[in-house]
Amino acid sequence: MNYKLQFGELLPHWDVLLWGLLFTVVLTVVSTVAGIAVGTAGASARTFGPKWLGSLVAGYVEVIRNTPFIVQLFFIFFGLPAAGLKLSESTAAFLAMTINLGAYSTEIIRAGIEAVPKGHIEAGISLAMTKWEVLRHIVLKQAFEKIYPALSSQIIIVMLGSAVVSQISAQDLTYAANLIASRNFRNFEVYLVVALAYLLLAMLTRSLLRGLGRILFKAK
Amino acid sequence: MLAAAFVLATAALTTPVHADALDSIMAAKVIKVAVPQDFAPFGSAGLDLKPQGYDIDMANLIGKALGVKVEIIAVTSANRIPYLQTKKADIVISSLGKNAEREKVIDFSIAYAPFFSGVFGTKEIKLASADELKGKTIGATRGAIEEQELTKLAPADTTIKRFEDNNATIAAFVSGQVDLIATGNTVAAAIAEKVPARAPALKFVIKDSPCFIGLNKEEPKLLAKLNEIIAQAKTSGDIAKLSEKWLKAPLPPGF
Repeated sequence: MNYKLQFGELLPHWDVLLWGLLFTVVLTVVSTVAGIAVGTAGASARTFGPKWLGSLVAGYVEVIRNTPFIVQLFFIFFGLPAAGLKLSESTAAFLAMTINLGAYSTEIIRAGIEAVPKGHIEAGISLAMTKWEVLRHIVLKQAFEKIYPALSSQIIIVMLGSAVVSQISAQDLTYAANLIASRNFRNFEVYLVVALAYLLLAMLTRSLLRGLGRILFKAK
Repeated sequence: MLAAAFVLATAALTTPVHADALDSIMAAKVIKVAVPQDFAPFGSAGLDLKPQGYDIDMANLIGKALGVKVEIIAVTSANRIPYLQTKKADIVISSLGKNAEREKVIDFSIAYAPFFSGVFGTKEIKLASADELKGKTIGATRGAIEEQELTKLAPADTTIKRFEDNNATIAAFVSGQVDLIATGNTVAAAIAEKVPARAPALKFVIKDSPCFIGLNKEEPKLLAKLNEIIAQAKTSGDIAKLSEKWLKAPLPPGF
């Protein structure tokens, strides 16, 4: 191999990379919060809600989990305008990621809910707790503690999967990499640096989530 | 005396024995024209598998003007110049652009077709120069020449949405995600043909690189004749008709 690495070629573009990184982080944080909210609602509805609502959620989960993310994204960005719903690339990216994480986390959280012993729920009801109090303090709290590692992994997967949003011109880290590579043709250096950035970001996210887990579930 | 004869003899030997191309075309009553086989709308296979396009119509126009039959030879971008050099074709009408490298090996007629990249948009948008892009949003294909030029030309607060490939840029325009795109006139023509409701109108030209007819060097008679035919077709409006038919747009000003 006779290739000379020239990382100096990336220096003039550092601001593009930094903005891309920031966009990826913000997009991940916002859609993670929204996606887990959707997942919690979906899992609760599927377990405790009326049958028609449960089937509706089941349908949503099946459709999203059995279609590629990029197709969902293109449908929202390029397809929906035909139906009169025109979203900017950032909104479309956020919406697609929320819907996607929502479906996966519905199933993860539902597994946690079903692992809560029935006796605990009955104990709550016999203590005159309302339905919502039982759901919040007994069911969800225990469910989240059980599935926290699985949910953390799903958040990392969504963060890495967000690279796809560059395809609809959302200016994330991968968009920045593609743009720089199309300018200086230093593909090896650009994608090496960006891969490292994603790796660091994933490791950082994982340790942050672990720390958050310790704080949230320490009262054992 | 002897020396002079020797010089003459060597001259005769070194000058390739070749009849004038125009004379041999007229004698054979056939002109062999290399056209693109895979580059719509200039030349591609139609539904009947016969080549069709701007370049094929141009070849027939020239055949008609010369009063000879036209033999169409479908070529690719890579082998169009070798076809000419090996005399398998008399002329090349294959959306051929001019550059210094090519000018070393072949000659070019005057331009017969407009080929340029520019900013196109819906007809409601008033725009005449790059400065007016201020505050506007425009789509382009990342890495394409027009995208790189646009990045240099556009004011700082222009939003350039860069897409992965031509199809994504087209999809963004057709779906209404962007109302302006920077692209080639042939791409704009393809959109106009398929989605007439959102036919992109030219706002301004970014880079002009018209097409020329290629012919072998040292064929002054053929070159002069071709130029004469093209010039005539320009004044008669035949070229403008070809532009409307295949490029779905009038000729750009000054063509």
